[in-house]
Formats: sequence, structure tokens, C-alpha cells
Amino acid sequence: MSASPQAHANTANSHSTAAAPTVVSRAALIAELARVLPADCLITDTGRLRAYECDGLMLMREMPLAVALPTTEAQVVAVLRTCHRLGVPVVPRGAGTGLSGGATPHKNGLVLSTARMNRIVSVDRLAQQAVVQPGVRNLAVSEAAAPHGLYYAPDPSSQIACSIGGNVAENSGGVHCLKYGLTVHNVLRVRMVSMAGDVMEVGSAAPDSPGYDLLAVTIGSEGLLGVVTEVTVKLMPRPRVARCVLAAFDDVRRAGQAVADIIAAGIIPAGLEMMDQATTVAVEAFVHAGYPLDAAAILLCEADGTAEEVEDEIARVRTLLDAAGATEIRVSDGEAERLRFWAGRKAAFPAAGRISPDYYCMDGTIPRRKLADMLEAMNAMSDKYGLRCLNVFHAGDGNLHPLILFDSNDADSLHRAEAFGVEILELSVALGGTITGEHGVGLEKINQMCVQFAPDELDLFHRVKAAFDPAGLMNPGKAVPTLHRCAEMGRMHVHHGELPHPDLPRF
Amino acid sequence: MTHPFHSTLRELVLDASTRGRTLRPHGSGSKDFLAQQLAGAPLDMRGAQGVIAYEPSELYITAHAGTRVADIETLLAGRQQMLAFEPPHFGPGVTVGGMVASGLSGPRRMAAGSLRDFVLGVTVMDGQGRVLQFGGQVMKNVAGFDVSRLIAGSFGTLGLILDVTLKVLPLPQAEQTRMLELDDALALLRLREWGAQPLPISATCWHGGRLHVRLSGAQVALDAAAPLIGGEAVDAVEAAALWRSVRNHTHAFFDGDAPLWRVALPPTAPHLALDGDCLTEWNGLQRWLRSDTDADALRHVVGALGGHATLFRGGRTVDRALGVFEPLKPEVMAVSQRLKQAFDPSGVFSPGRLYPEL
Repeated sequence: MSASPQAHANTANSHSTAAAPTVVSRAALIAELARVLPADCLITDTGRLRAYECDGLMLMREMPLAVALPTTEAQVVAVLRTCHRLGVPVVPRGAGTGLSGGATPHKNGLVLSTARMNRIVSVDRLAQQAVVQPGVRNLAVSEAAAPHGLYYAPDPSSQIACSIGGNVAENSGGVHCLKYGLTVHNVLRVRMVSMAGDVMEVGSAAPDSPGYDLLAVTIGSEGLLGVVTEVTVKLMPRPRVARCVLAAFDDVRRAGQAVADIIAAGIIPAGLEMMDQATTVAVEAFVHAGYPLDAAAILLCEADGTAEEVEDEIARVRTLLDAAGATEIRVSDGEAERLRFWAGRKAAFPAAGRISPDYYCMDGTIPRRKLADMLEAMNAMSDKYGLRCLNVFHAGDGNLHPLILFDSNDADSLHRAEAFGVEILELSVALGGTITGEHGVGLEKINQMCVQFAPDELDLFHRVKAAFDPAGLMNPGKAVPTLHRCAEMGRMHVHHGELPHPDLPRF
Repeated sequence: MTHPFHSTLRELVLDASTRGRTLRPHGSGSKDFLAQQLAGAPLDMRGAQGVIAYEPSELYITAHAGTRVADIETLLAGRQQMLAFEPPHFGPGVTVGGMVASGLSGPRRMAAGSLRDFVLGVTVMDGQGRVLQFGGQVMKNVAGFDVSRLIAGSFGTLGLILDVTLKVLPLPQAEQTRMLELDDALALLRLREWGAQPLPISATCWHGGRLHVRLSGAQVALDAAAPLIGGEAVDAVEAAALWRSVRNHTHAFFDGDAPLWRVALPPTAPHLALDGDCLTEWNGLQRWLRSDTDADALRHVVGALGGHATLFRGGRTVDRALGVFEPLKPEVMAVSQRLKQAFDPSGVFSPGRLYPEL
């Protein structure tokens, strides 16, 4: 997001909930780290530290004591042992593209960036696996696999910049995860270093590792359990053909129903995305994709596979979209047109940035059948808060990315944007969904964790963290709120869609 | 979703915890053989049965742990859907709870993913009698640690599985099985070459010089792929019986008394230089081995290839002291012990089922 840094300076501080670490002087920490790291792997001057004061969530900023940029696993071990001994919190960081503040620095802590561990160790065509270091960019994996006719399936929007280590931390998804899964379905093995400096491998190149599935709990752990030093990913054969159908609807409910009809007919499209009219208009002005501007909603549905399979699936999808009342249906003819169909969807964020000084991207997931209810509720919220909102959805899996438009130079506008976002997240939980589908909790949604989970569940999360990090020094204060914090907030815990008064109309 | 049976369970758990006793949750007992040890008072989890929610267009089903998997599969088939990981039925009456606790997957795992890939949410009771819900009914959900998938395959040692939400998938439009006569080294080469191409292969099984390959998907895709695979088409009824027998271990290979090892290997591992009969699935990733080879020697060979081995059925001469499950590295065991402690502080649930230390 592009909010001004001043708006919420030092917010991260008030969110830190770690047991107060022994405060080591900055000079002492730097002196100790200088003994285990080459000079060019340690950033200490204020000017250069500024680049690390936030991740993709620019609302929250904090200056770290220092930034370590190790180039080897041995250096990661040495840095972590040093911090563990000194009681200094460590915030792991990948490419810094995360949207929830998972890599926001700790004011008494070190930022450990894996950006310089960026080597592709191996790509094995017959094994359909690649071994990569955590700083390798997501797209670079697919590029390295391309000569072998293979690719890495998870494709978050930030894939040109985001790194695999960060993808593991966030369990990143993308537009194709309905058919091909999230990071958790495509990573086979992770090598990582614990806060105490112990190297551990979870998962393996062979299926179904013995013992507890520590790999599953590591993926999506938001840097709370360990620092990733190497990852084995699964590669997929690239489909021979992909084609995209664009369908226009004059009513969002009809579009939502069309999504349900496609899934119910036994089709799992490679991608199934929806945009509302406000988004279509905003992106059309930006990318000139040729979208119908009078449509209340647009669906993009992609089929991939062999030429025969794709033709078969497209024909079935066309019939369903027709029956669902689409006012216009176009099928991409050739790769150029397919990419043009997608161009607008992929440009939703920059388009929002073009029509508004700032925007706030939300990430709730709801059951698909509630899409139209959610859209109508958000339209009402838009009126209530006096802010425009662009709606883009990963409709196939119910993951919403409303972009709330505001102006951070206007303090009231910023506060209304935040309240708007909170209301969307809490409604997502009430509808049987979740506060975050793929961006993570980080610092941003930590209060809403109190809404989604009961105190006993949060307590168990703290116990799981302690099993990996008994000292509580790895990315403290992120992802899981303290029970104290939830009690102070006094937020109603809505348990998995079971509202206290289900009979009351909510929207 | 609460059930009256849960309050009974809570009393039992709290009582066991207070008195320092242990409990062994079970369903139909079809996988009791797969255990380092069976300890604790048997606790029948079939007190809560039934489907809680099934939304075909949302691709999920939620059911109480005691629900029979066969009933769920029938319900899903009625809407042209399935549990894509093809869980094994090692006996009649296999339950959802036991299925998730064991984490085992069948032939389609190589293409569709493993059981844990399809677990969207669980409700568990921990060792303090607390009912905890993790995950949910939506496919994308990254709020909190992924406890649901941690529970899958934990063999009842972390908590009582009360209900489970699973992702379901549409049944393939069509299926066809091809049979080729090949020795196992050549079969492995072919499988690997096919695996790197976009072919609709959903299961493979090599045994006794015969390679069976199942294709699943749109009829047009099968028609295009069949000539690339070669061999001959197998009659549909015969093919269905074959895959069922591999999935449920009723295939003749699984008869007899020699110890049965499940060996999991990386994709490019060669032919196993070990004595005994072998049945190979999942493009070579899963090898079933009937062998009297000494466990340490076997694990040494498998470990050198980057794999791991489970003494799946011990035969008559079982020596559990050898370790039914592949021993864990010390640093992994240390974290596992602390996780066990986190869920089950007084050690109520299935002590030693996986490892003596857990």
C-alpha cells in the first residue's frame, strides 16, 4: 500500500507483545555480530536501516537495531546463536513484499534478511523438483524450470519480487491455487535454523515424512518458528495450452451463482476471478483490456491442459455461463488475447493507486456462496464510511481482496479506512470464513485473531510456538495475540460463523 | 460442532489426566497393527457419527470423527465427487477420525495429493479437555498455525479428533487403465519420463513384471494420452478391482507372513537392491517390500537414497524394538516432544504409539 509513513509511525511498538527481552545495548549487539559476520553482511547506519523499517505494509514502521544479511547457513546459525545468547529478538525477512507487517522490525531487535541467500541449488527435470535458497525469487524458480518444460505453481501477484523463503513463511497462494494448491501443497522439504541455532530439516524429497507433520506447521508460520535456509519445491509439467473465458454479468448475484455452477458441474478451472464494476472501470482506463464497462461484474475463467481438454472445458464453461445469464462471453483466441484478459485483473492494484492517493488491501476469505451477500454488505459499508472500494476476488476459492481507497493526508479518512477494513474482516469470520486467506496476520490483523479464535485456541498457538522457540525471541508479537491483548480489546469472539444472535439481520 | 458425546469424552480425559492414566482413542481398529505399541484404555471414538455439513459447490464436507468413510464416499459419489486421496480401507467400518489420524493415502495420492493436503479444518480435544477448532471450511486460510494438518498423521497422540472438514473434488469424467509388460528398472524409467510431461496419469502400480497405469480426466485427454503410454487397455471392471486391491491391501502381494515394509523414496531413486518381493506405486515414490532383510540394513539402504521406511506389518516375527516408524533425528524429536507436551501435558493420549518418546 502507498500510505504515508508518518500516519502510523511507531505503531509496531504498541503491537509488540513479547516478554520484555533483556535489553542489550545496540553497540554490544553490533560488536558481537561483527565477530560472526563479514562487514558487508551487517547494516548498522541509520540511512541504510531505513530501507528495512517496514515491509509491504507501510502503515507500520519501526527502526531495527541492525540488519544482518547472511550469505551462508553457517552465518545464519552464528547470528541466531548470538542473539539467543544475548536475548535479542530476531525478525526474519524475505524480499519484504509481505502485506501484513510480518517483517516489521522489533525496536529492540535484529532484522535477519535471507535476501542474499539467492542461489538455485538444483533443478531436476525427472524428479520434478528444485532445491533453492530462501532468497530466490518466486518467478526465478519457474524461469529456471522453464527449459525443462516445468514450472513452480504458486504464483502470488508479487511473484517477480517475492522470495521463496517469504512464500514459505506466508503460505502464499496466487490466481491458480484453486487447481494447483498453495505453498503448503507445493513445498516438499524445508531446512531451517531454530532461534537457538539448531539446524533442522522438515519434510523430505520422499513423500510423507515420519513423525508429526512439522513441514505443515512450518509453512505459513510467519517467521515465528525458524529461519528458512533451503527449500525443495515440487515442479509441475507446464500445461500445453491455456485459454481464458471472459464473461460479463449485469448483476453480481448472477455472477456469484455462475461461479458456484461451474464448480458444482465438476470443473476445477485453473483460475476463476471476479471484478466488480468499479474495478473494471478503474483498470480499463489504465490497461485498455477492452472490458465491457457497463457490466456489474466480470468473471475470468481459465482452462489449461492439452488442446483437447481445454476445448472440452471451455465448451462446458460457456454453456454454464450462458445458462447463468451472462450478458457477454468472450473466449481468448491466442496467447496475446489471453494475457490481455488477465492484464486488467493483474493491474487492479496499480489502477487503484492511480485513482486514489492511498489504498488499503484486505484479504478475507468467505464461503463462495456468500460472495454476493458480502459484496452487497461492502457496498453498504462503502456508503457508511464514505470511502470507495474496488472489489477483486479469487472467486474460485472465496478469497476477497477489497481495495479501500483513502487519503492518508486526511487523518479521518485513514481511520475510516481502518474501521472499514476491520468490519470486512469481522464479517468474513461471521460468514464462516477467515480474516486472512493468503497475506498472513502479521501485525495488521492481530486484533482480529481475537475474533476468529477463542482464548484456548490462542493459548495452543502460543504453546506450538514455544515448542520451536522456547525463548520466544523469533519474531515476537506477530501473528498470535496475547490473551491479555484480546481481553483488553473486548472483541466478541464469533466462533466459525455461529453468531450469538443469528436471527438478527446484519446487512 | 458440539455433540453430547464430547462431554463424556471431556470427563474421561480429565479423569485420566488427574489419575495419571492413559487413553487410546480408536475407530474401527483397522489400523491397530500399525503401532510401535498400543497402550492406554481403549476409547471408542464412534460415539459421535454423521455428516455435519456437505456443500458440493463449496467442495467440502464436515463430519464427526466416528462417521464411516464408506458412507461419506457413497454420499460424495451421489454428487459426482470423491475423496481424491483415496484413503485405504484395511477393514470394514473405517472411520473419518482414524483415517485422518493415520494420514494414509491411496493410489491417487501421486496426482491429487496426500490426505493432509485435503484437510481444511479439525476440531480436537486436547489433553486438558479443551475443545479447539482450527482451520475451517474455506480453502485459503492462513490465520494461525496450521494445526489441522499437524493433527493429520499424528495417530491420536496429540488429541482426540472430534470432527474434520475435508476438501472434496469432482470425480474424473472418465478413467482408463493401461497395462505394459516391463521389468522394474525399465518401468521406473518410463514413469519418470511420463511424470515430467503433462499427462493425466492418476495412479501407477508395478508388480511382477507388469506395470498398470491409470489415466483420469476428460475423455478427449485420455484418448490423446493412451497411445503415448502404449500397452493395452484393461477392462474397466477388472481395472477398478485392481486399484481397489492395491488401495486396500487385498492384492495377493499383501498375503503371506513376510514382514511388509513401506518404503518412501525420492523420485529418482533407483531399483532397491534388497531381497524380497516389491510392489511399486506413485511413480516409484512408494515401494511396498516383503522382505526378511534386517531392519537396520534396510533402513541404511533406504536412508542412503534419501528415503524412509515403516515396518508396516511385522509378520509373525515382528520385533518392534527395531522401531515400526523411521527413527527421527534428535533435533526433530526434541521439537516433537515439546509439541506433544503442548497438546497433551500429562501424556494421556496413546503413549508410545509412534515412538517411545512421544
